[in-house]
Amino acid sequence: MTSATAGLPPLKVVIAKPGLDGHDRGAKVVARALRDSGMEVVYTGIYQSPESILRAVVQEDADVLGLSSLSGAHLEYARDLCALLKENDRRDVLFVVGGTIPPEDADTLKGYGVHEVFGPGTPTAELVEYISRNARQARLA
Amino acid sequence: MNEDDKRWDERVEAWSTGRVAADYERIPPRRSEYTTLSGAPVKDIYTHADIRHLDPAEDIGLPGEYPYTRGVHATMYRGRPWTIRQVAGFGQAEDTNNRYKYLLRTGQTGLSTDFDLPTLLGYDSDHEVYRREVGRIGVAVDTVVDMHALFDGIPLDQISTSMTINPSAAVVLAMYRVVADERGIPGHVLTGTTQNDILKEYIAQNEFIFPPLPSVQLVVDTMEYGADVMPRFNPLNVCGYHIRDAGATAVEEVGLTISNALCYLEHAVERGIDVDRLAPRVSFFWDVHNNFFEEAAKLRAARRLWARLMRERLGAKDPRSWLMRAHCQTAGVSLTAQQPYNNVARTAIQAMAAVLGGTQSLHTNSLDEALSIPSESAIKIAVRTQAIILHETGVADVVDPLAGSYYVESLTSQIEEDALALIERIDAMGGMIEAVQSGYAVQLISDSAWEQQVKVESNDTITVGVNAYVDEDETQDIEIDRPVPGVMERQMARLAEVKRSREDRQVSTTLRAIEKAAPDLQHNLMPLIEDAVRARATVGEICDVLRGVWGHHQPSTVF
Repeated sequence: MTSATAGLPPLKVVIAKPGLDGHDRGAKVVARALRDSGMEVVYTGIYQSPESILRAVVQEDADVLGLSSLSGAHLEYARDLCALLKENDRRDVLFVVGGTIPPEDADTLKGYGVHEVFGPGTPTAELVEYISRNARQARLA
Repeated sequence: MNEDDKRWDERVEAWSTGRVAADYERIPPRRSEYTTLSGAPVKDIYTHADIRHLDPAEDIGLPGEYPYTRGVHATMYRGRPWTIRQVAGFGQAEDTNNRYKYLLRTGQTGLSTDFDLPTLLGYDSDHEVYRREVGRIGVAVDTVVDMHALFDGIPLDQISTSMTINPSAAVVLAMYRVVADERGIPGHVLTGTTQNDILKEYIAQNEFIFPPLPSVQLVVDTMEYGADVMPRFNPLNVCGYHIRDAGATAVEEVGLTISNALCYLEHAVERGIDVDRLAPRVSFFWDVHNNFFEEAAKLRAARRLWARLMRERLGAKDPRSWLMRAHCQTAGVSLTAQQPYNNVARTAIQAMAAVLGGTQSLHTNSLDEALSIPSESAIKIAVRTQAIILHETGVADVVDPLAGSYYVESLTSQIEEDALALIERIDAMGGMIEAVQSGYAVQLISDSAWEQQVKVESNDTITVGVNAYVDEDETQDIEIDRPVPGVMERQMARLAEVKRSREDRQVSTTLRAIEKAAPDLQHNLMPLIEDAVRARATVGEICDVLRGVWGHHQPSTVF
């Protein structure tokens, strides 16, 4: 914990799987790594719609949303979620996406407002560091 | 123990404490601890002492003979090579049909279909939320009209088709049979498989609709239906692949998969069906991962364990019921997005282990699969990998060449023993449905996945290109397959057209018949599902009826 975050409650992270994609090994590994690093983690389980993911973020008053997609439909789901976060005045949520994301899609995702994209093989330490550094300072563009 | 054994053990002991210890003094072991991927300790060396407990006749035997440790066929690949069966599926039926024809021209010898997520989960392509996944990581199939397009120009009487479909497998199986029937091909010549292994969905791949009990009974329905109308077809392909890909170890893969298989057959027996009527058409699907000898030994162990359980526990009398016939796929989860060309080497080595383990059919992954579904050029390398193993390496020229290896036989026994212990643990809980509902199996797999992640991140497991031999300035120059544009719109238009042109009354009559029969889990629904499919009812409509009766299974949020 850095001095800037000392005394604050732990970061709250929602890890979500959109649509019908059931491949959740990565989502669970990430959830566990973040929890072990001291964050409070809520995993939505699979089969979530953008609306149900937004609901989880709002209900949990999450600082971070991690979306995991291996279905090839990451662009649509991330775009819709960015729009929903803005509409619902949750621009302060740090929004990261992981999964089988072709590298050239990262810029498109960031264009929608996603803060960072983590491809396969990302060490969890890198994620923990990124989130610790950037949560609570995020503003969706 | 006889005098010779004793002398041998003393000699090995003296050598270990003498020569070996002296060598390690000079050059210490490369690692503090050597284990298989399942975590079993691996010794420096294996000798005759490690396989002395095995009876060469009873435990190892001969290929094509009980307990089939050495393979299900006597001559294996010296006669017929394994089936080269790459999975394909994307876009509309026509797009996948073109890919099939490309693969057959490239040297593939069997077909394998991936359906898109809405089809797998029993939703139609016009579903409000899920339509954005139409045709994405599989082919969209709403009605038997799509199924006709999928197999257009493919001789179903000559080529076997494997279909990766689970919760909606009953509907797709009925569709396959109706397509053949409407083309004048009799059911008894059809060969192929539907995966249809719903239990592994609850614990690993997470594609399920209904709760476990009605789902298992529906699988029994398909097996019985298969035996009646398409007796050379395998309605059930029990599947370790996804269990492994979700994080299980090799031992857990074998134990959980065989537990699942026993669960289906035991439910069939409870219904009064003779096990020998169904068991010969049960096939298996394994994941072949990086640890070469463990994977080859895993296939040998699984075959022996299955044969013994079928004969001794289920009392099957037909030798065909004892056979574990297997399809293998190289491990998708072992592929890396970093340095993707390394995946060609990984896949080749894994494929070699599958062949040495005695698989009946094989899918080799493509180098781009850590990032997308395979491109045509990447698939070609994957198919050619199998041709190289078959024709250039000589490994297919001898039947079970690993037999008798001190290490491989010892590992085979170890895996069989450990997997059996897991099966017995699950029995003690009340069986696989209980292990699903209590969350035991999900937690087991999730824990193993986490342990593997920790090993990679602590550099205890080396993954080339990821935590060793990293190229900082690496650029990726591989071709990435992109979704076919306009698929969703075209598929929705076709679905609307089918709905316009069919007999509505016939559809509702057949759907009502399913609804009426479904509460009785002993009632075989397959003839009714076939009627509905023939009337052009959709996957979504049929599954909606069953959802209405049986409800949904709630996904786990355990991690």
